[in-house]
Amino acid sequence: MLTSNEIQARLERVLPTVQKPGRYTGGELNQVVKDWDAVRTKVALVFPDIYDLGMSNLGLAILYDLLNQRQDVLAERAYAPWTDMEAAMRQNEIPLYSLETKHPLADFDIVGISLPYETLYTSTLNVLDLSRIPLFSAARGPQHPLIIAGGHSTFNPEPMHPFIDAFVIGEGEGAIGEIVDTVQTFKQRAKNGERGALLRELAKIWGVYVPSLYEVEYHEDGTFASVTKLFEEAPLPIDKRIEATLPPATTRFVVPYIDTVHNRAPIEIMRGCTRGCRFCHAGMITRPVRERSVDEVITAIEETIHYTGFEEIGLLSLSSSDYTHVVELVEKVHERFGDEHLSVSLPSLRIESVSVDLMDALKSGRKGGFTLAPEAATEKMRQIINKPVSTEQLLETAREIYTRGWTTIKLYFMIGHPSETLEDVQAIADLCKAVLQEGRKAIGGRAKVNAGVSTFVPKPHTPFQWVPCDSIEQIKAKQDLLKEQLRGRGLKLNWNDPHETQLEAWLSRGDRRLAEVVYQAWKRGAKFDAWGEHFNYPAWMEAFEDVGLDPAFYTHRQRPLDEVSPWEHLSTTIRKKFLTQDYLWSLEGRIRIDCREQCFACGILPTFAGLRRQNPGDVWQCPEVKNKRVQVIRENQVAVRT
Amino acid sequence: MRIKIAFSKTEAMRYTSHLDLQRTWERTLRRAQLPLAYSQGFNPHPKINLGAALPLGFTSDAEIIEVWLEEQAPLREIESALTPVLPPGLKVQDIQETERRVPKLQNLIQSTKYQVKLAESTPDLAERVADLLSKTSIIRQRRGKEYDLRPLILALENEEERHLQMHLRAQPGATGRPDEVLLALDIDPLSAHIHRSEIILEGE
Repeated sequence: MLTSNEIQARLERVLPTVQKPGRYTGGELNQVVKDWDAVRTKVALVFPDIYDLGMSNLGLAILYDLLNQRQDVLAERAYAPWTDMEAAMRQNEIPLYSLETKHPLADFDIVGISLPYETLYTSTLNVLDLSRIPLFSAARGPQHPLIIAGGHSTFNPEPMHPFIDAFVIGEGEGAIGEIVDTVQTFKQRAKNGERGALLRELAKIWGVYVPSLYEVEYHEDGTFASVTKLFEEAPLPIDKRIEATLPPATTRFVVPYIDTVHNRAPIEIMRGCTRGCRFCHAGMITRPVRERSVDEVITAIEETIHYTGFEEIGLLSLSSSDYTHVVELVEKVHERFGDEHLSVSLPSLRIESVSVDLMDALKSGRKGGFTLAPEAATEKMRQIINKPVSTEQLLETAREIYTRGWTTIKLYFMIGHPSETLEDVQAIADLCKAVLQEGRKAIGGRAKVNAGVSTFVPKPHTPFQWVPCDSIEQIKAKQDLLKEQLRGRGLKLNWNDPHETQLEAWLSRGDRRLAEVVYQAWKRGAKFDAWGEHFNYPAWMEAFEDVGLDPAFYTHRQRPLDEVSPWEHLSTTIRKKFLTQDYLWSLEGRIRIDCREQCFACGILPTFAGLRRQNPGDVWQCPEVKNKRVQVIRENQVAVRT
Repeated sequence: MRIKIAFSKTEAMRYTSHLDLQRTWERTLRRAQLPLAYSQGFNPHPKINLGAALPLGFTSDAEIIEVWLEEQAPLREIESALTPVLPPGLKVQDIQETERRVPKLQNLIQSTKYQVKLAESTPDLAERVADLLSKTSIIRQRRGKEYDLRPLILALENEEERHLQMHLRAQPGATGRPDEVLLALDIDPLSAHIHRSEIILEGE
């Protein structure tokens, strides 16, 4: 393997020949460079897509900050090179390297990969290959780094199980430190010790899933039968990891020199969501709702500006309107930063006129448009997906938005929800036109509506985990209808390629057998699946054929409620009974109200009763736990299920 | 108050484009908490103005940026506010106050000087230079357009076998590029390190 100096020297010649060389240099403000030889544990944090996207990933920014705060640890970054750079690297035999010190990834002790969505899987294999690290966990020896991964898609990590040594299920802040500690103790105890022993140690950490310590079986019809652990102390199920309260916000962000996708500083104001939209993966896996105080957020903004000079701050959450002190927060932001030419964005606002007041108070620019996400256009569909918004309220909010100076409204919808018909899709077109009509009344011909219509993919751990995904033909018919209807002045439509939707659908509810499909697809050239121009559908179809699996088995089957899901041993701590009931409610068109109004015992509180009791008050939106007896349920549950 | 900052651009910063450099300066000035003047309108922008664009990959210790401030401040204070917040690869060389009536920077630039180091020694470099300079016109194509490079070369000298000095015209519609000069000398620009050493303004 090349040394960091040799890599640096080869880069000198390569960089002037590639597009946007700034992606590959590092050296940005706030990057952390430590003395390589003086630090005990080296961690490479990888986003398996290009720099431009990866730099906006908040999860990795948090871990980078946390790890580098430790004196005995260094964390450096790496991203997937774009195709021109990959070709140049392969030609010049440059392995994938870290931006900070240009060390090959193979020289690190731990490589941590962020997997927020499934279309990164083939690029992950490509990253390992470019790093010259064996793709399969079983082929790695004591000289190779430990490969770990986390992120939303790892709540069903099975399609990636043979490639990753250990997954972190849930929140990574606490887990990463314990993983580092375990690696340190292990290396101290046994130089070049057996890798399996390390993995068995790691499996004892709360939230860590080591797939090689479990075995799965299938029924003859191909459905999932059971999971058995191969090591006594491995947990079953593997409960997700959470932080009892949100740790201090990261504020010393690395500031990119080149333009990136979300070129701003993200500050999380709240984690989790109480709304319970039935299609929403994030809403189910990030419970309970925990908030940061207004003062904490204001201080974080101040620090961020001081360290980075960013002109834009994004206040992040799954549903900003539900942040308890949102009005106070916006007032304080205005008071404190009103004169500083700082643009503050507050995404995911509810469809109500209060949201327009909030945006107005933030003095946000009008050029980006105002975004609303009704997701569905008929009463029936809104009840099915549990997102009750009335058309009347939407039109009233739209009117308010146009009157206050915005010329563009972006409307987000989803097609393909369970039991959706072409009439429901027609209603999306009608609703967009009705909104545009409001705009015309208010500001005339300048009014615009941009409709972003994505396609629903049934996600694991949600009440819709049993439903089939629309076929390519069904999706095309619905998109054709929209394309025909939503044209003309002031209307714009964006949609997703139905083939890409299928890929996401196979993988999100896949089992371990799909790993071979991922591998075969990568071998046939699949990578950058999320990039339309690179998505290689034929490679995937050939891979399925080769492995002898039917893609429709994963996507187009109504799964029986009593079928065991291949991801059930990975626990969000939401009970299957709750998900089943919620699914049955959706069939009746029955709404489940915001759970801040009433606790529906989804399963979070019994599991985390101890944590809740230690953190009383507003920091969680779940009710307080008084009954001491509840605390033991977690142990019982585990005992019963194992 | 209108100030002119001379700065160097090196290290990773040399792969930062003109537009991205503009944003990097905006953020640097914000970190320094200088009283920046902003344009009017719905999306106000800080009033700053970068001089001659430096092609990607070149280093320089002669770049210029103009900045408008809301209030008067001593130059020394401005410099001590900037120095600790500069990103790696940017270094302030000099700060001066400019008169408000002076035309914009871009309209003042006359010519630029470059130091070029070649990765491999070129034994007949002196001959190639002499040969090129003896021509009355050097017709070249750039982005599909034909132009004459010769009048854009104000001076071209070689010191040793692998070191060139260039002085090139830099006016709107008549800007000489050092990589074009290298190509005319039959040298691969990728094997050269190109460094801008001076920007010459009108009246200097």
